[in-house]
Amino acid sequence: MAEETKPAAPAAPAAKPAAAKPAAGHGATKAPPLAPMTPEMTELQQRFGESVLAPAPYVGLLLSDKSKLVEVATYLRDEMGYDSVTNLTAVDYIKDGYFEVVYHFQRSRGGEPFTLKLRVPRPQGNDLSEPVPSLTSVYAGAEFQEREVYDMFGIPFSNHPDLRRILLWEGFYGWPLRKDWKEAYYEGDTKPFESRWPGGHHQLAEERVPWADNVNYPLGFDPLNFHADPDAGLYDTMAEGVPGLAKRNGNGSTAPQPTGVGAAVSVFDRDRNNLADVDELQTDQIIVNMGPQHPSTHGVLRMVVKLDGETVTDLKLVLGYLHRNHEKIGERNTWLHNIPYTDRLDYICGLANEWGYVLTVEKMMGIKPPERAEYLRVLMAELTRIESHFWAIGFLLNDLGAFYTPALYFITERDLILDLFESVTGSRLMCNYFRFGGVSRDLTEAQLAHAKELAFERIPRKIDELEELLSENEIVKARTVGVGYLPAERSINYSLTGPCLRAAGVPYDIRRVEPYGIYDRFDFEIPVLYGADVYDRYRIRVMEMRQSLKIVQQCLQQMEQTKWGDIQTGKKNYNHRVPAGQAYGRVETPKGELGFYLVSDGGQNAYRYHVRSSSFINLTSLKEMTVGHKVADAVVILGSLDIVLGEVDR
Amino acid sequence: MGLMGTGILKGLGVTLRHFIDTYAEDLKYLLNKSGAQQPRPLRRQSPKNRGLVTVEYPKERLPLPENFRYVPFLVFDTEKQEDKCTSCGICAKVCPPQCIWIVRTEDPVTKRPIPQPKEFYIDTTICMNCGYCAEFCPFDAIKMDHDYELSYYPHEQPHMRLVHDKAVLTKPDTYHASIHPSDWQRELADRAAEEEKKRAAAEAKAKAEAAKAAAPKPAQPAEQS
Repeated sequence: MAEETKPAAPAAPAAKPAAAKPAAGHGATKAPPLAPMTPEMTELQQRFGESVLAPAPYVGLLLSDKSKLVEVATYLRDEMGYDSVTNLTAVDYIKDGYFEVVYHFQRSRGGEPFTLKLRVPRPQGNDLSEPVPSLTSVYAGAEFQEREVYDMFGIPFSNHPDLRRILLWEGFYGWPLRKDWKEAYYEGDTKPFESRWPGGHHQLAEERVPWADNVNYPLGFDPLNFHADPDAGLYDTMAEGVPGLAKRNGNGSTAPQPTGVGAAVSVFDRDRNNLADVDELQTDQIIVNMGPQHPSTHGVLRMVVKLDGETVTDLKLVLGYLHRNHEKIGERNTWLHNIPYTDRLDYICGLANEWGYVLTVEKMMGIKPPERAEYLRVLMAELTRIESHFWAIGFLLNDLGAFYTPALYFITERDLILDLFESVTGSRLMCNYFRFGGVSRDLTEAQLAHAKELAFERIPRKIDELEELLSENEIVKARTVGVGYLPAERSINYSLTGPCLRAAGVPYDIRRVEPYGIYDRFDFEIPVLYGADVYDRYRIRVMEMRQSLKIVQQCLQQMEQTKWGDIQTGKKNYNHRVPAGQAYGRVETPKGELGFYLVSDGGQNAYRYHVRSSSFINLTSLKEMTVGHKVADAVVILGSLDIVLGEVDR
Repeated sequence: MGLMGTGILKGLGVTLRHFIDTYAEDLKYLLNKSGAQQPRPLRRQSPKNRGLVTVEYPKERLPLPENFRYVPFLVFDTEKQEDKCTSCGICAKVCPPQCIWIVRTEDPVTKRPIPQPKEFYIDTTICMNCGYCAEFCPFDAIKMDHDYELSYYPHEQPHMRLVHDKAVLTKPDTYHASIHPSDWQRELADRAAEEEKKRAAAEAKAKAEAAKAAAPKPAQPAEQS
C-alpha cells in the first residue's frame, strides 16, 4: 500500500483556501463591501458592460438587466466554460424590498463557482413577483431548482417548460421562504423562544395556537366549497395520447378546475386537454403511478410514468412528501442549532452533511479546527462514504430483484461502522458530531482499535467479497449494462454530481476541484469510468469505497502524531455570532455535491439558509435517463442515482 | 467474460460461505473451553465475527456504549440532597427543537431568584436526542439517559405522559455514575481540582490577610495613591 509518509505538520495548518471573502467584523449599519473582482468577473463585465454587470455585495456580480440573463448564461457556458448551474436559489431582503436570485455556475473541470445575482422588486402580499427568464434552455439542471424557487418565493420563471410547485402541493397558499410568511404554530422569528425560560411552562403547540388559528386562508376563501385537484396540472402535462386521462377530464365539469388557491397566474395550458374523441386513437398509452408508497422508490417518492406497452415514454416526479421546510427551520434556528438538523437531510450519511454546514460557517467566521479534529473529520466522513455506498449497492440489488440477500450482507458491514459512530458520537445516524472549529469527542483506545480492525481487516475483505458476489454476475450485467445511459455533456448540463457524474467520465469531485479539510495530504485517486450506465455507477461506488478505505487507513496512521483530545479551537460556545456576509460552501458527500448557501446579518441566526441538495438536483436527469427503457428498468435507474428522500424533500 | 454462468456460481459460492461460516463460528464458540468467553451478543456483533450477526432482541441485548444518548434526565446530588440544576436556562437556550421548559424558583418574600428549578419539563415527543443540553450544562446537572424504551400503556392523553416533568426527570447521581462511569470519573476529578483550587485560593487569601495585618500601617495610603 502506497502510504504517504508525509509528516503531519502539526504546527502549520494549511492556509485558508483562497476564499474571496472580505474581512469580517463590520457593523450591520455600514454598507456591505462589494465583491473583489476576479479575472472571470472582469472578463464577463467587459463583455457586457459595467452598466449591466456590477460587483454585488460580498461576492459575485449583480445583473441589473434581467432580460440579458439568458445571454449572459449562454456566454458563461459557451465562452467561459461554466457548463453547469450548480446552485440556484433566492434570498428575500424584506427591508430593502427586493428578492435576490442567486446563481452559482460551475466548471466541470474544477475551480470555484461563479456567482451571479439578480434582483426583482418584492411584490405586495401574496402576489407573484415579476418573472425572471428561465435558464432551462441553457442549463437543463435549472429545471427543478427554478421550480423550487418558484414554490418557495413566488418568483415565476418565464419560458420554463413545466413551472409548477415542486415540494408543496398545488393549492398551497403562500410562499413559505418569504420572510413575512409564518408557519402553523408560529412562535417567534428566531430561537431561543422567550416562553422557555425563566418563566416557562409546558404548553402543547396546539394549546398555544388553537386549531383553526394555525392556518392562513386567502381572503374570501370558502373551505366548504373548495375543491382542488392537486394532480390536475401534473396530468395535464402528460395527457397527450392517454385515452383514459383525456376522458376523465372531458367528463368533468366544463369550468376550469382550480389549480391552486395561491396560483395567481395560469401556468398550465388547459386547452390541450380538449381531446374529446381521443378514444378512437389506436395507441394505448397509460399513466402509472409508482409510489409514493412503493418499495422501489426508497422512501416516499412518486414517479408518474407514461407507458407505451412496457416502455416508458414520459416520466414526472412528485416530490415533497417528506417536506418539512428545513430551510425555514434553519432560519429560525441559531447557528449551533442547525448542526443536528443537517443530520436529518441525508440520513444515511449525516456526518458528511454536518461537515458541509460547519465548513461554510467556519468559512464565514474565519476559524479552523485543530489538527486532530481535521483528522477525525476526514476519518468520520470517509467511513460515512463507505457505509453509504454499501447501502446504495445493497438497495440497487434489491431494485434488481435480488431481494435482501446482498443488501443484508452489506448492511452488516454498515452496521459495524455505525457501531463505531454510536460509541464515539452517541448515535448511529443522527451523530451531531461536528462543532464550529472542531468536533465534539475524541476516540478512545478501544474505539481506535475498532476503527483499525474495520479499516485494515474487515472492510477490505468485505469489498472483495462484494465484488466476487456481484461484479461478474451475468444477471446483474444483463440488467444494468447500457441501462440508464446519460452521456457526459448531458450529465454536466443536468448539474449531475457525485458517483453518477464520475461514472460518465467526468473526474469531478469537490475533494479535488476545491479541496477542503486536509484532503490534500492524502494519497488517493478520483476513480472515473466511461460507461455512464447503471453498471458503471455500481462499479464506481466500489472503486470509491476502496479509495475511501485508503484515506481512512492513512488517516488512522497519521493521526497518531497528533495530540489526543485537542479537538476544539477556542472555547466551547453556544451563542455564536457570525459576521455579516455570504458564503457558499460545499463538500463531496457520497451522493454528490452538498452545498450550503448562507447569508448572515451578523446575528445569532442565519438570515438565509439554503441547502444545495445533490439528491434533489440529480433527480432532474432521471427523465432523460429513463425514457425509452422498460418500466422495470426505471426502478433500477432510480436506484443507481442513490437518492435519499430526506435530502430531496428537505 | 468467461463461461456464461460462472459469475452466478461464484456469487452463490459467497452465499454458501456465509452459511458455513455461521456454523463454524458457533462451533468454535462451543469448543472454546478456555473460560473468559464473551457473551453471545457481543461476540456476534464484533468485527472479528465472520458468521451471522443477528442478536435476538429483546431476549438478548447489546450493551450500550457510554456515550449513547437518548432523552435527557436531571441529576440529583445524593450527597448534598439537592438538585444539581441551578435553572440557569442554558439547556433551554441551546435546545434545537426547544423542548425544555424551566420555571425558576423565587423567594416568596423578596422575589429574588433562587438557583433551583421549581418546574422542569422536557417534551420527549419533540426532543431530538442531540445531547446539546448535557454538553453545554456548566453544572453537569443534565445528562443523556440510556433508557430507550419509552412507551406508556394508558390510552388517555399518551402525549402528556411523554412530557416528562421534574419528578420523572430527576434521577440520583449514582444512576448517572453507573451508566456514565468515565464521565463520572471526570466529574469527580474536576470537582477535586476545583476544591483544591478553592482551598489554595483560601490559603493564599489567608496568607495575604496575615501579611497585610503584619505590615506597618503607614504603607496603606501609599498603596492607594
